[in-house]
Amino acid sequence: MSVVIKVEGLSKAYQLGEIGTGTISRDLERFWAKIRGKEDPFLKIGETNERTQKGTNDIVWSLNDLNFDVKQGDAVGIIGRNGAGKSTLLKILSRVTAPTRGTIKIKGRIASLLEVGTGFHPELSGRENIYLNGAILGMRKAEIKRKFDEIVDFSGVERYIDTPVKRYSSGMYVRLAFAVAAHLESEILIVDEVLAVGDAEFQKKCLGKMDVVSKGEGRTVLFVSHNMTAIQKLCNTVVLLNNGEIAGIGETQSNIDKYLQNAIIQKTTFDIPLPQDHTALHGFASRLQIEDSDGKPIAEIPVGKTWQVRVFFKINVEVQHFIIALGIMNSNEVNIRTCWSEKACLKEGYYEAVFREDQLIFAPGNYYLTIGLSNYERPIHYVENIASLSISQVSDPLLENTILRVNNVGLFLNPMSIKIAMLKNNLL
Amino acid sequence: MDKKKEDFWDTEISAKHNLLDLKLKDIWDYRDLLILLVRRDFVSFYKQTILGPLWFFIQPLFTTVIYTFIFGSLASIPTDGLPQPLFYLAGITGWNYFADCLTKTSGVFTANAALFGKVYFPRLIVPLSIIVSNLIRFGIQMSLFALMMLIYWLKGAAFHPTQWILLFPFLLILMAMLGLGLGMIFSAMTTKYRDLSFLLTFGIQLMMYLTTVIYPLSVVESKYPAYRWLVEYNPMTSIIEAFRFGFLGQGTFTTQSLAITTCSTLLILITGIVIFNQVERNFVDTV
Repeated sequence: MSVVIKVEGLSKAYQLGEIGTGTISRDLERFWAKIRGKEDPFLKIGETNERTQKGTNDIVWSLNDLNFDVKQGDAVGIIGRNGAGKSTLLKILSRVTAPTRGTIKIKGRIASLLEVGTGFHPELSGRENIYLNGAILGMRKAEIKRKFDEIVDFSGVERYIDTPVKRYSSGMYVRLAFAVAAHLESEILIVDEVLAVGDAEFQKKCLGKMDVVSKGEGRTVLFVSHNMTAIQKLCNTVVLLNNGEIAGIGETQSNIDKYLQNAIIQKTTFDIPLPQDHTALHGFASRLQIEDSDGKPIAEIPVGKTWQVRVFFKINVEVQHFIIALGIMNSNEVNIRTCWSEKACLKEGYYEAVFREDQLIFAPGNYYLTIGLSNYERPIHYVENIASLSISQVSDPLLENTILRVNNVGLFLNPMSIKIAMLKNNLL
Repeated sequence: MDKKKEDFWDTEISAKHNLLDLKLKDIWDYRDLLILLVRRDFVSFYKQTILGPLWFFIQPLFTTVIYTFIFGSLASIPTDGLPQPLFYLAGITGWNYFADCLTKTSGVFTANAALFGKVYFPRLIVPLSIIVSNLIRFGIQMSLFALMMLIYWLKGAAFHPTQWILLFPFLLILMAMLGLGLGMIFSAMTTKYRDLSFLLTFGIQLMMYLTTVIYPLSVVESKYPAYRWLVEYNPMTSIIEAFRFGFLGQGTFTTQSLAITTCSTLLILITGIVIFNQVERNFVDTV
């Protein structure tokens, strides 16, 4: 497959703070440097874009020397933390702003969807807006005319097509706008996190359409999202950005994992916020700790190693049938395990409960924990996603289980008992 | 795929930019958008109004009445012997077109920041669409002017259109180019320095008094020669004088002054496009 987008040494600098004070003198200085053929004096002293640290300089490199190629028909996911440079990259790709340094070479027409409904005029009808929006996105009038029925059909707002869009519900507005963009005949489609709007059914429809665009029609799609499930489903390659630099590129799953691992702060102990009415409750959980099988706190569990979760809780009033439960969800928000203790009678006091996972081997990834205390009939204290548990891809060298060293073999890595025996007769 | 095709790129986005690349081909590719934007401006202008396009008439008509009262009667400024309403309306119609083009174009970047920040199309399309949609308004106001001419002609007033009336399309283009060029220069500068938009709002008002809208150039020449340069160096003056000379047969019109105006207008227009194209690339970051 041929390369359709070639990014070479791409950098973009932004000036922080107020623009305006002192800009004339700076502009003159810049201008003077330009005349003499020198580099912009204010760009030399840039530093990487680390949002949380206070810089010494008010010029910041939002993108710093990016190099990558995109092949035809690729579905590229662009992921990274807030401020990693994803949007800047898309902005430059869609020619909304120019880079400070470097070049991007593109083969074919680009259609970008950085926002749904760009240029919609509230006073105009849906019909008029389809034409206007289509033209803004680069379609010719004849092209829109040809696809008009298809667009209306996809949006599902046929009944309102001659009503001014200011009377539309926000959902209808988004549907119509995405429908226009989805029918662009461009070789390259750039989509920023626009799918966050609209109902679940429509989101599914959008993702489906994008899937068709990339896999069915062989067009190239660049997609920015924080929704890892969508990225996983849609993209065959991923660019992971961190502070304006490429932190990972290529295979989807491993880069998603890398991103998720960096995204959460590695902790072993998680404090559970005190419930507002904690004195009135029968009891409440206060702290949770992730440990290895010896009871030692551990931030990241090597795949295959036994681990346990220790929960500290307090009982205020004697509970007859006390139950404590632990729920485990994976990063795609799929609930994969819920376990509870046998009912017991607990007097007032401080307690701990240890949940030991010695049956299942979880695949590498991040898991989210939920704790529930109940008295058999009614919940006492329930906290969702209170802690994260991370299973590292690096397996324990002492374990002799080959499946642990293979990626993407499923949620659980427990071996089954498999027996092979030679047959005396041909039974096939 | 052979080597040549392999190395061919449709678009190249880079930090460098050729100053003289006016991107006229891009604009041609987006001509449908131009038409649709003009349509949008026109339709949205009178949506939810009762009088609709009639508003295009009301403004010049009222202005003419007030000018006739204040400048014609109260201040008794001579009008080259022409019927006062006709004289003022000729000036107002031309000046309004220029002023509308200038003010609207000068706000292009700030008014469309949200749109420009999200999608690429040749930015020049927007100022061009403004020029064209103002043309519709101008056409309607010209018909008002023609109607007035007819009324005064039936009343037997003293004015005689000359063959220079044929210059009208040319004068129109000049006004459009001048408004567009100046407007683009201002729009490019206001993205960074908002001060200029304040300067423009009162500057355009002052400039009207330095243009021969409410008085003829002949009066300045004969009575206040010291201020003559102020009025004469204003490119709009020679356009409006030529306009009056063509339609009404009165005005201080020389081909020489019109030629100078044409040259300066072209210069302003090209400067405007170059600056506009330069600013368009990065304005999203500074607006």
